[in-house]
Amino acid sequence: MPDFIIDATVDITDVVCPVTFVKAKVALEELEPGRVLAIRLNDGEPVQNVPRSLKDEGHQVLKLAANGDGTYDLLVRKGAD
Amino acid sequence: MDVDYKALKNGGFMRQKQKNHFSLRLKVVGGDLSADQLLTVAGVARKYGRDKIHLTARQGVEIPFIKLEDVEKVKAELAAGGVETGVCGPRVRTVTACQGQAICPSGCIDTYPLALDISERYFGRALPHKFKFGVTGCVNNCLKTEENDLGVKGGYRLKWSPDDCTLCGVCLKACRAGALSQTGETIELAAEKCNHCGRCVKACPTGAWQGESAYILSFGGTFGNQVAPGRELLPLIPDRARLFRVMDAAVAHFAATAQPGERFRQALDRAGWEGLVQAVEEAAHA
Repeated sequence: MPDFIIDATVDITDVVCPVTFVKAKVALEELEPGRVLAIRLNDGEPVQNVPRSLKDEGHQVLKLAANGDGTYDLLVRKGAD
Repeated sequence: MDVDYKALKNGGFMRQKQKNHFSLRLKVVGGDLSADQLLTVAGVARKYGRDKIHLTARQGVEIPFIKLEDVEKVKAELAAGGVETGVCGPRVRTVTACQGQAICPSGCIDTYPLALDISERYFGRALPHKFKFGVTGCVNNCLKTEENDLGVKGGYRLKWSPDDCTLCGVCLKACRAGALSQTGETIELAAEKCNHCGRCVKACPTGAWQGESAYILSFGGTFGNQVAPGRELLPLIPDRARLFRVMDAAVAHFAATAQPGERFRQALDRAGWEGLVQAVEEAAHA
């Protein structure tokens, strides 16, 4: 598993569905295609659904890692516009 | 002139409590109508009814307050607009369906073409009592298939390709059934926990999880006077040919074993489920 260079981070643990996805989307909009965003998200609905929603939007999900505190870090490479 | 109310009812004209008025049931498959068909229905409701259309509990459409003397004219106008009349009485009823894979992100099967094929094969077929089919695209079960005499639910047969997997971990969390675990560089699927929802496939960013459309059937559901959900009697059915063989066997079993006026569920509870289990297992393995 290669390590990825993280270009930006966003924390969506302070919001609930569907704002989780919206907040992640807004953060991705700030980036150029090909850049990597690290998203910190909660267990449960966010971690079950946000990766798939980002995939459906055309982004490349790279890695989901548990932080051990009930949150996860999701790395996503921004897709082409 | 004697009015053959039974024939009218069988043809979808439901006698109302108001004398000489009928609520006309239309043929709808899977809840889909074109905009032109809806305009035709609206026109008939304005011209022959009371400007009112009723959406039934099973995705049907009825036009109430059709007068007896207008029955033939109404049928002709509907037919000219591409709308068929429905059925009632002891026969196969409207085949219901959710929008399925073609529209819904959760769908695992293409429900509407399947509902059309089921309707083509069975709709209106005379049986000991009413018989309802319902088709839903996935285990979220928006269509509530177990309410039907024969319910068809979509699911995925799953395959994991290690070569395509980056071990990103997304599927482990996407799975709500707790069926996936990672050991070293292998993702393991606990078959007995998997509900075939397909969330792993939908979430997988690399296509390492692949799903093939398959079918989960339920038999003998009824939600009227008696309330009893249909029962799953078979493992996942992997293809349409097998699906139709099993459905043929179930309908034939109902026709052969039920008494007139007896629902599938009642017949099964009276005579026992063993015969049906044997018939559908044979059909599934043929």
